[in-house]
Amino acid sequence: MLGEGILKGMAETAKNFAGSFVSADRLTTVQYPEQRIPTFENARVFPFLVYDGPDWAAGMRCVACQICEKECPPKCIYIEKSRDKKPDFVGKPQFYPARFDIDISVCMSCQICVEVCPFEAIKMDTEFELATDDRFRGLLLDRQQLAKSNEYYHQIHPTEAGEVDARLDAEKAAAAAKAKVAAQAAAKAAETAKTAPAKPAPPAGGED
Amino acid sequence: MSVAETKTEKLDGWNRPPTIEPGGEGELLEIAMGPHHPSTHGVFRMDVALDGERVMRLKPVFGYLHRNHEKIAEGAAYLASMPYTDRLDYFCSLSNNWAYALAVEKLVAQAVPERAQYIRVILAELTRIQNHASSIGFLIQEMGASGTPLMYAFREREKILDLFESLTGSRMMCNYMRFGGCRVDVSAAWLDAARKEVAGLPPFVDEFEALLTSNEILMARCQGVGVLKPDLAVNASVTGPLLRASGVNYDIRKVDHYGIYDRFKFRVPLGDHGDVYDRYMVRVLEMRESIRILEQALKDIPAGPIMDPKAKIRGFRPKPGEAYGRVEAPKGELGFYLISDGSPNPYRYRVRPPSLINLTILEDMCLGHNVADVVLIFGSVDIVLGEVDR
Repeated sequence: MLGEGILKGMAETAKNFAGSFVSADRLTTVQYPEQRIPTFENARVFPFLVYDGPDWAAGMRCVACQICEKECPPKCIYIEKSRDKKPDFVGKPQFYPARFDIDISVCMSCQICVEVCPFEAIKMDTEFELATDDRFRGLLLDRQQLAKSNEYYHQIHPTEAGEVDARLDAEKAAAAAKAKVAAQAAAKAAETAKTAPAKPAPPAGGED
Repeated sequence: MSVAETKTEKLDGWNRPPTIEPGGEGELLEIAMGPHHPSTHGVFRMDVALDGERVMRLKPVFGYLHRNHEKIAEGAAYLASMPYTDRLDYFCSLSNNWAYALAVEKLVAQAVPERAQYIRVILAELTRIQNHASSIGFLIQEMGASGTPLMYAFREREKILDLFESLTGSRMMCNYMRFGGCRVDVSAAWLDAARKEVAGLPPFVDEFEALLTSNEILMARCQGVGVLKPDLAVNASVTGPLLRASGVNYDIRKVDHYGIYDRFKFRVPLGDHGDVYDRYMVRVLEMRESIRILEQALKDIPAGPIMDPKAKIRGFRPKPGEAYGRVEAPKGELGFYLISDGSPNPYRYRVRPPSLINLTILEDMCLGHNVADVVLIFGSVDIVLGEVDR
């Protein structure tokens, strides 16, 4: 019969129309500013810099190695290395970024900076409501605007942040153990140095 | 000027004999369809010469979206081109990722772990389903059914994109595959969600077919329109559903056995007439075959690493040489050709885009048809301008 296919299609549309009244998961529209879909844990928008502790400048993990600047495909990162050093999370003196700018109007959210960073310093944010009326300065973020605390990182990517913390803790423990061994060796050396004058002078090349 | 004169005059530049005899009187009317025509995605133009309603000549004009992709890639490191491949065919970023990863893996003879191979197959087939569903939706929309099939397709696509986002972090610009594996592992919860989604796909395809396949208006508009002969399709190196709808059995998954496709049982649907209706039907059947592959892959996926331990991320310098990696992308054969001179960036980087090469045959399919059919035939080629212009 001519028109049978059309009627079949109409029946399908009617089924869908009626279905949206009985089943809640058929209602796919979300009224955005009032209702929100929770973001996925893996979601990524733009990068931010992680810092430990309360002070963003002191706790900044970035050591200004400039690998991300080099690897960034659209070259949206600009870093200036500091002249002096500050202690990093294990207490080792390291350089820090005197300037760290990301132009998020150029950034394409590819996550390559995160992958190449050896210091777990740069991570992806999930904040997406970044509209601004200043096209140039408003989208060029400096290091203070980029700095977000480790607690914030735990909030947005809990699993990933947990893994990162475990890795850093292991590194810290290894560094502490190494420092302890070094301290013990130094103490021992100091002790030997202290006790050495009392002893008769050893023959050259004798004692180690 | 008479019609006959115009035709002989244009033959020099067009290098193709006319397929129909002009029946009308007077001059040809030249019209630029696009770039603002709704069917041309805003960045494509067809210069058509009309005799009344009939198309006498058609010249596709592209380049509005040219972004210098190949030259940028030649100045960038190998890994830095991976996010740019997402932006070629932005409907199927994961297929593009795979094609590029495959080319680089061939270049450096890099092995890929089992689990990563399965993940790649799962993601590529999900990509194919969402691409075919939405391309059929766009085709029907260009026919005048304003929205219903497209919205049904997008409802399903939304679920697949949610799977992509929860795994890769982004809905369309996935940037997921790496040379020697994948970036993040799939969790058990993700696999369960994917299984649930795949179980819901056959009813969706049934619904789609009930809505469209036997619809008399669709049949009247599509059958016998835009016929592409198999010999012409082969000579023009057309690939993908467009070629298979003309009855040529050529699917890179069967021909090349890249990845682990030789392990899965699936059939290659072929068309008989090479018209728009066959292209629609081939896409529907390909969705069904993709669901079969997905069911097998989600059942068999092994545990293990997702990244080859020997793979390098930083300081990646392939030895001098060349490689061509190709995959059966939803739109046809997508290939990446790379030449390395031993430096961190490729000496030559070339994309073989299925959309562009399938588009070159547009005039031969459109000659003699009405303007309204041109829109339909153009829709049935299934192109993405990001890939045509690069």
